[in-house]
Amino acid sequence: MDKRRRRQIQVTVNGQSVRREVDVRLTVADFIRHELFLTGTHLGCEHGVCGACTILVDDRAVRGCLMLAVQTDGAEIRTVESLAQGDTAHPLQEAFQDHHGLQCGYCTAGILMTLVDFLANNPTPEESELKNALSGNLCRCTGYQNIFSAAKDGAERLRIEEHSDDDIRR
Amino acid sequence: MKPPPFDYYDPSSLEEGLQLISTLDEAKLLAGGQSLMPMLNMRYLAPQSIVDLNRIEELRFCRSENSSVVIGAMTTQRDLAASPLIREQLPLLVEALSHVGHLQTRTRGTLGGSICHLDPAAELPVAALALEATLQVRSAKEAREIAMGDFPTFYMTPDIMPAEILTEITFPVRAAGTGYAFEEFARRHGDFAIISVAVSLSLEAGQVTYARVAVGGAGSVPQRAKLLEDALVGERPEDSVLDEAVRLSTDIEYIADVHATEEYRRHLFFVLARRALTRAARQAASES
Amino acid sequence: MTYVGSRHTRVEDEALLRGEGRFIDDIHLPGMLECAFVRSTVAHARLRAVDMEAARHAPGVIAVLGLNELLPHLASERLPLGFALETIEGEVTPFVLAKEEVCFVGEAIAVVVAENRYLAEDAAALVNIDMDILPAVSDAANALVDAPLVHTEKESNRLKEIKQCYGDTDEAFKRAAHVCSLSLRQERGAAHPIEGRGIVAHYDSPGDQLNVWSSTQMPHEVRALLAKTLGIDEERIRVVVPDVGGGFGAKFLMYPEEAVLACATRLLDRPLKWIEDRREHFLSAIQARTQFWNVEMAIDKNGKILGVRGHVTHDQGAYTPQGFNLPYNASVAMPGPYVVPAYDLTVDVVETNRPPTIPVRGAGYPEATFAMERLLDVAARDSGLDRAEIRRLNLISVEQMPYEKPLKTRSGSTVKYDSGDYQTCQTMALEMIGYHQFRHRQQTAKEQGQYLGIGIANGIKGTGRGPFESAVVRVGRSGDVTVYTGATAMGQGLKTVFTQIAADALGSRPSSIRIVAGDTGTISLGQGGFASRQTVTAGSAVHLAAVNIRKKALHVASHLLEVPEEDLSITDGRIYITDSPSDSVTLAELAEALAGAPGYALPADVEPGLEAQIHFSPPDLVYSNTTHAVEVEVSPNTGVTTIHRYVVANDCGRMINPTLVEGQIHGGVVHGIGNALFEQMIFDENAQPLTTNFGDYLLPTITEVPYIEITHMESPSPLNPLGVKGVGESGVVPAAAVIVSAIEDALSPWGIRINEYPVTPMLVVDLITSAEKARESIG
Ligand code: FES
Ligand code: FES
Repeated sequence: MDKRRRRQIQVTVNGQSVRREVDVRLTVADFIRHELFLTGTHLGCEHGVCGACTILVDDRAVRGCLMLAVQTDGAEIRTVESLAQGDTAHPLQEAFQDHHGLQCGYCTAGILMTLVDFLANNPTPEESELKNALSGNLCRCTGYQNIFSAAKDGAERLRIEEHSDDDIRR
Repeated sequence: MKPPPFDYYDPSSLEEGLQLISTLDEAKLLAGGQSLMPMLNMRYLAPQSIVDLNRIEELRFCRSENSSVVIGAMTTQRDLAASPLIREQLPLLVEALSHVGHLQTRTRGTLGGSICHLDPAAELPVAALALEATLQVRSAKEAREIAMGDFPTFYMTPDIMPAEILTEITFPVRAAGTGYAFEEFARRHGDFAIISVAVSLSLEAGQVTYARVAVGGAGSVPQRAKLLEDALVGERPEDSVLDEAVRLSTDIEYIADVHATEEYRRHLFFVLARRALTRAARQAASES
Repeated sequence: MTYVGSRHTRVEDEALLRGEGRFIDDIHLPGMLECAFVRSTVAHARLRAVDMEAARHAPGVIAVLGLNELLPHLASERLPLGFALETIEGEVTPFVLAKEEVCFVGEAIAVVVAENRYLAEDAAALVNIDMDILPAVSDAANALVDAPLVHTEKESNRLKEIKQCYGDTDEAFKRAAHVCSLSLRQERGAAHPIEGRGIVAHYDSPGDQLNVWSSTQMPHEVRALLAKTLGIDEERIRVVVPDVGGGFGAKFLMYPEEAVLACATRLLDRPLKWIEDRREHFLSAIQARTQFWNVEMAIDKNGKILGVRGHVTHDQGAYTPQGFNLPYNASVAMPGPYVVPAYDLTVDVVETNRPPTIPVRGAGYPEATFAMERLLDVAARDSGLDRAEIRRLNLISVEQMPYEKPLKTRSGSTVKYDSGDYQTCQTMALEMIGYHQFRHRQQTAKEQGQYLGIGIANGIKGTGRGPFESAVVRVGRSGDVTVYTGATAMGQGLKTVFTQIAADALGSRPSSIRIVAGDTGTISLGQGGFASRQTVTAGSAVHLAAVNIRKKALHVASHLLEVPEEDLSITDGRIYITDSPSDSVTLAELAEALAGAPGYALPADVEPGLEAQIHFSPPDLVYSNTTHAVEVEVSPNTGVTTIHRYVVANDCGRMINPTLVEGQIHGGVVHGIGNALFEQMIFDENAQPLTTNFGDYLLPTITEVPYIEITHMESPSPLNPLGVKGVGESGVVPAAAVIVSAIEDALSPWGIRINEYPVTPMLVVDLITSAEKARESIG
């Protein structure tokens, strides 16, 4: 193997350790979609504008089309597939369902993953902060209105969940 | 839209990186990748080699040094915006960062990457220009310093050699009595600027003693509005003075593209410069 | 429990939210290869030679094919005309792959088949094209006079003239108290679903069966067109539509890529995939909206419209894949919801060296509405009437419904608005936005140096286009209900709507109902998703089929339970004696009984099976109507327009699910905001597109759009059993018109007129600067 063209990488994807040999030019989005068959992450532009490909790398939201798989060697990746725990949906998923925050659902994974990162660091955002956080995600179907309601409500649900977790720990 | 083939290297120390690029021709340095990766995906570029700087941890830092703040070139925009040191010492940079891209791109995008990519519409080079930043550039053989003002040579072409790496950026911190403002006009939140204006302005006894005004988006490189600066120094920042100073700004180069004509850019520069000056002057007055 | 009319949560969502949807690029077949297309980089050229040798030897390449290589497997070198009922003279459709001449940037010339997309793109870059560049036509406005030819073998760039004419327009203009005229320029945008197009094709050679998965809005039509292109029987082709990430018109035709993959998979005997990337969407997917309108309106002294006449130049692009529905719609849509006694409009459909146009969300109605509403604003000004008042005066009144216009729809029937109360709808919107208090708000704001403006516009949309849509409803032996339909889901929530309809009609639980849409293997006929049609047509078909099953179930149950049908009730898939609910039989049991057992007679002497098929043919289009009112602020400094309030009063007949209706309106309005303020495909004079990425072509984002306030009216349509009308496009129809009207109002201190969109900040500043200059030179 020419190390300059192919590399062995080891990543943790949604909690599972994965070892693969990849072309160095393979984007991480294509890696998780076409090599790991985690197809919940989508590609809408492949030039870093639409946000459909957003995933978490070491807990931070990144554009999967603008990062190489080899750059994630040793990192932890989280995709939309990690959100629900078995039958239990993630609070953001519930909020999006309840507020009709998706139509075709193509942009949705990117939006959810963006929010997971953003709300973890800003649990009580102002409306304008929440909008700014979502300004890097294009949606052609919803006109954003219900995405915004869902995100607001999702933030609230996450706060409640956080509280009840605290209660349990106490 | 998939990147073309290239050889990939990811040195884990600066020294290793410098050695490596001294031996490669046609290597492209990969910093945050938020501009380079789209260009690769669109195949606007097909470099023989990519040297990825992301594993060089020593290039990620922010520290206070004498009366300066020194930032490692690979520090991400996200880390910068969150750094208490930067928030405290370089409010102009923080304001500029609020216009840079989106959450996801700021996670990866770096200060050094943005300065070297030198997109004329990008915010960080403009802020660095207004703040009179100094850039430390290293090659395997030598280290040199270059003022941000001398860095751009022409359109998206910085004064840096293929075998060199921008390692750190030093921002002098001004004493009290200085106000800052960053104003930008973009069509959508997070877009590149059609015009951006960064101002750093000091007052003493109500008079402007120091003014730096930088403009982005206007021409082929980020520019200083020198005539404007000159017109301010020694004056009281009253409305009529600011109006006049902006009007005197005839030394800015403007270009036309799909987003705006030269005339519209000039018009916007006048509007934004005026806003930024008022805000910076007001802040300077309250600080002094 | 009735489900129709409720805000039922979507059945589509759970899988999509979990990342378990299956979109076209999620399909992986064993041994599958990937394709990349070599496309023209110039708008017009004669091909001299296409050298594929280097590409053929590139790593991982299986084949590089041009038209010549495909020809032995093609019945024709051009695509057949879509929806081919109208006759068009000459050859107008795209080639499967370019033959001798390329006529727009992005036209496909060859295809590379390789082990993966990366390698395919590497090789595509090695295809060497030798060509003679020919002069190109970029601007439709200049395509007819002294222009080069779009196709060298033709004699003119004029493709067709469409004429609409009724009443005595000459007389109307003679009698007019005021004549107002306008020249309007509307610009091209693109559909831009966030998922591009995509195809997987797999030829199963032992079974001689061609399987195609396509992210399309019309699987049955794709199947028919593929059959014609390949010269095989359509029963040998199955087209399946996976989850679709939005369509908006861009997936409402068969493209060359579909024909190429279908042909190449037969040639190479390997499964193939092609996924359109965003740049390809910019270059080769259809676009819409470039039209130039020169129109005038005659009004009497009271502000009543006497007549409208004018001329339109429609930019058709380089090819005509499916007839002239877009310019035709625009030509009949112009009179809109108003009484227009005399009308005379000519449309020149002209070719240009730009990508083909077919309807994008709105399908000619937004363009026509823009023209009509702009004229009404001028008429209001000229006659001294308020903009809302002149509209109210001219709107068709509820007493006039159903209202016939002496115009013909494309299918030849008379344009007839089925129901609606346009004046009340307008009143609702005006009240909601506080129209009559606006001048006060505007004045107060102006004292603070803020420029506010208000706009109002009405729109209608002919929806539910026929000729039919299909549904098969089948109850299985488990009692579960499966609905098969030729309608095609592309994100609107079709499956939810059909579930609600079927649940009510059948008396079943929604959870026991499954909808299978867009698979030619499961239902023989279908039309697909366009013209806001599917709830109307397929919804009615589902309803009627389910009602038939219910009837049959009650009939058989009455036989088994030995009571008359009138004594039976049905809920949750159980039929019981109303007065004695424990005496019951389930749909599962009935399905079992009706499946038959060898040697036993079926109960109640009925046909076997618990299933029904309906092809619902709507007698005519049904017309939705809407009034939009907006309040904007325009900054004279930067030229930026901020929409403070966006109000929609909407009537799409009976609503199956108000939440989904609102979602459709939101999406449509924001598409219209994109057209009005942001989106524009810019071409240079050689027809080279300059906006080919999402940084240059601006889609609205969450930070740019207003909160949209919606109020509903429900005027049921008499033309279908559910009383429904379509809503997929209503949101976009008056959006550009209303926003431009409001901007103009905000700029009234300068007396500025706006006759085009998008209204960019730069345009606003330009207009203000010119107005001030003009004033100075007068002063
Ligand atoms: S696909 Fe990555 S940002 Fe659009
Ligand atoms: S729901 Fe379709 S793109 Fe967002």
